[in-house]
Amino acid sequence: MPDLPQLVGAVILVAMIVYVASGGADFGSGVWELFARGPRGQQQVRALRVAIAPIWEANHVWLILVVVLLFVCFPAAFAAIMVALHLPVTLMLVGIVLRGAAFAFQSYAAGDHAIERHSVRLFRVASMITPMALGVVAGAVAGGHIRVDAATGAVAPGAVRPWLLPFPLLVGLMTLSLCTYLAAVYMTVETEGPLREDFRRRALVAGCAVGAVALPAAFVAHSEAPVIGVPLLASAWSVPFHVTTGVVAVAALVALGRRSFRTARFLAIAQTALILIGWGVAQYPFVLAPDLDVGNCAADPAVLAATLIVLGAGTVLLVPAFVCLYRVFKQ
Amino acid sequence: MSDLLAARSLMALSLAFHIVFAAAGIAMPLLMVVAEGRWLRTGDPVWLDLCKRWSKGTAILFAVGAVSGTVLSFQLGLLWPEFMRQAGPVIGLPFAMEGFAFFLEAICLGLYLYGWQKLRPRTHQLAGVGVMLGGIASGVFVIAANAWMNGPRGCRHAGDRFVDVDPIAAMCTPMWLPQAAHMLLATFLAVGFGAAGVHALVLLRHPASSLHRRALVLALQVGGISAVLLPLSGDVLAKFVAELQPVKLAAMEGLFASEQPAALRIGGWPDEEAAVTRYAIEIPYLLSFLAYGELDAKVRGLEEFPRDEWPPVLITHVAFQVMVAIGVLLLAVSVAAAFLAWRRRAPVDQRWFLKLLVYCAPLGFLGIEAGWVVTEVGRQPWIVQGVLRTSECVTPVTNLLVPFCGFTLLYVVLACVVFRLMRRHVFQSAEPALQEPEDGHA
Ligand code: HDD
Ligand code: HEM
Ligand code: HEM
Repeated sequence: MPDLPQLVGAVILVAMIVYVASGGADFGSGVWELFARGPRGQQQVRALRVAIAPIWEANHVWLILVVVLLFVCFPAAFAAIMVALHLPVTLMLVGIVLRGAAFAFQSYAAGDHAIERHSVRLFRVASMITPMALGVVAGAVAGGHIRVDAATGAVAPGAVRPWLLPFPLLVGLMTLSLCTYLAAVYMTVETEGPLREDFRRRALVAGCAVGAVALPAAFVAHSEAPVIGVPLLASAWSVPFHVTTGVVAVAALVALGRRSFRTARFLAIAQTALILIGWGVAQYPFVLAPDLDVGNCAADPAVLAATLIVLGAGTVLLVPAFVCLYRVFKQ
Repeated sequence: MSDLLAARSLMALSLAFHIVFAAAGIAMPLLMVVAEGRWLRTGDPVWLDLCKRWSKGTAILFAVGAVSGTVLSFQLGLLWPEFMRQAGPVIGLPFAMEGFAFFLEAICLGLYLYGWQKLRPRTHQLAGVGVMLGGIASGVFVIAANAWMNGPRGCRHAGDRFVDVDPIAAMCTPMWLPQAAHMLLATFLAVGFGAAGVHALVLLRHPASSLHRRALVLALQVGGISAVLLPLSGDVLAKFVAELQPVKLAAMEGLFASEQPAALRIGGWPDEEAAVTRYAIEIPYLLSFLAYGELDAKVRGLEEFPRDEWPPVLITHVAFQVMVAIGVLLLAVSVAAAFLAWRRRAPVDQRWFLKLLVYCAPLGFLGIEAGWVVTEVGRQPWIVQGVLRTSECVTPVTNLLVPFCGFTLLYVVLACVVFRLMRRHVFQSAEPALQEPEDGHA
């Protein structure tokens, strides 16, 4: 029976997976607008917008849930991350604000062409910066270079900026490519005919890009971020885990190749989940390695229990609502 | 500017920006749902048209509200990490519930804005009700956190952490419900008068537009009812402040020396150095009565508290006067409207009244900002009343002036764009039956 901190840790991981698979892909579709060209460029843009318009705000809330759970359940880790990663987090916030606001502005421009033009450009660029910054933050958390005094929660001023290192930057690139990959895969299910072929080709390219970044990231992790890199590559579960992830990733590309789009979508989501689960398991028991773990930075058991009850009750409300939303707007 | 001051200014700026959109997110759905309900009942297409136009404008406000709220969730940690490390778990329960309220609101919003063609009319209206309930719930839950900061319960502060945390007790603090009720009424007041003013502006140019006439009447009804209830709820709230935060009350009233019975000071200019409030109109007995319900109750002045626990008296007092003045003024306008309607002289036909409404449009929002300044500045130097000082909680990160300037620029640009787009939406709607593609999509 897992104890309370482990349970909330697992819930946070699940919320992150859902966020990347839903909200992350919404950022990815903004990136594809940047690359919308060819004879069907305009059609691509329109399809991408119709796809995210009704759902992006709901998907975005997963990120808020992650943040809230982090500060409620592992407050010292949240505080330390916000101190050590002030700059990349701020950058991510600016990206979130610009992306969301610009999307609304261009959707409801009421014929104001100047605002519409600028908003469209801003929306696309912000869609690219934000997942990159998010990945850098995640990579820096996993990197193990943020030192914290576990007793007082004070962050030790480090010699290096914990996020301006090869590993976090690679994780940033990987997050970006994963989000764009997911978006393209989803679009193959939501479009038809030549448009679908456009997105299929894009999905294949992006899928290969994910692999191309994942490999160096794993090796850099081993040398530069050993707290997570060593368990990730040298545990008993490493080989089966990487084989499974690799098989799923390749199977997704094969499914795309054979035009089994729904299968590809399922596999791409599974691949995303596996990547994040791998991160979570490798980092366990640390919340912010190497000083804060689920044991020494978890909140009062009473708080954790109450939070889990709220999560349970909220989920009962949430699942039917999300099913309804996706039923109405998605296939 | 010191880093502490920059952090406080940035927090205040982000909150002041967010609250405008949050207020619209809470109260606009009510107007939309009522308009849609009248369309369903009467089949009159003008109501449907109004509902759609309102929802298009509101969609922009919602998006900006959501992203600015996200900034806040992170900024609590970016600026006040020590506060979040210690207090995060204590106020976590309402924040977790707020998260689910956001889900409800955002999901229903997607269905509402883009489901005109896909949902049955009744279901569509139900989605609107979901947006409204989600918005109200988010507001009520986040206020629970703020109410705990004003009157902490359900925990004990030991050294540098809170222990013996009882999350339910920490959520259900005495200030919660009075504060939440006051806040919700304030959003309905601000949005009601805001919308009424905007439609009055259009009616001054196009007096016959039946869409704008109906919109104005409905908005004025919502604003007017709130204007009657708001001072009552403010009075209840003030009694809690008197009990839990006597220093804040003294600063709000500009009361330096204790008085028994205490006079209410209206207006005036507190001078902290000299410890007097000059140029105020004093009404004997009234403060004793308002704060404690008895004509000769003693009201403690600032002199009874250590000098280093005084909030900035001038700001708190002036902000409180501004809020109350706005409450009284809008109450008077509401009474005037009711009087006109009673004498069968429709308020929408009186040009002077329309002009008055235009000037009143921003006042409700100004009142909300002033009220929050009272709450937050009046709590200084504490971040958690009596327990934790703001200066102990500020981030060790330096050069906070840079993010302050950056976010200021960001908010100014966003505000300008929103203003320009809203103006377009409003004046387009004055032209008769523009053909527009459905679902707001080009
Ligand atoms: C439209 C805006 C508006 C108007 C006209 C009023 N208020 Fe208000 N007031 C607010 C909007 C507001 C607010 C922004 O919503 C606050 C800030 C915190 C809160 O919960 O509500 C608030 C706070 C607030 C507080 C401080 C609570 C605290 O420190 O925690 C008191 C004592 C009052 N109000 C009392 C009144 C009275 C007696 C009014 C009589 C007319 C009044 N308010 C009108
Ligand atoms: C520290 C204070 C606050 C924090 C951290 C905060 C956080 C947030 C967040 C994260 C969102 C985005 C939700 C989404 O994606 O849909 C949001 C939206 C919202 N907030 Fe706040 N908020 C704060 C203060 C307030 C206050 C005081 C109120 C009102 C009483 C309020 C009411 C709302 C409402 C109604 C929305 C949704 C409406 C919209 O999107 O426009 N918030 N807030
Ligand atoms: C949305 C409406 C709100 C507005 C306009 C507002 C306004 C302000 C202002 C003016 C300050 C600066 C006070 C000073 O330093 O002199 C401040 C600080 C702060 N507020 Fe609020 N506030 C709002 C709601 C909330 C809520 C709901 C919470 C809590 C959940 C909150 C938490 C804080 C914190 C943590 C600080 C910084 C520490 C401090 O100065 O005490 N605020 N806010």
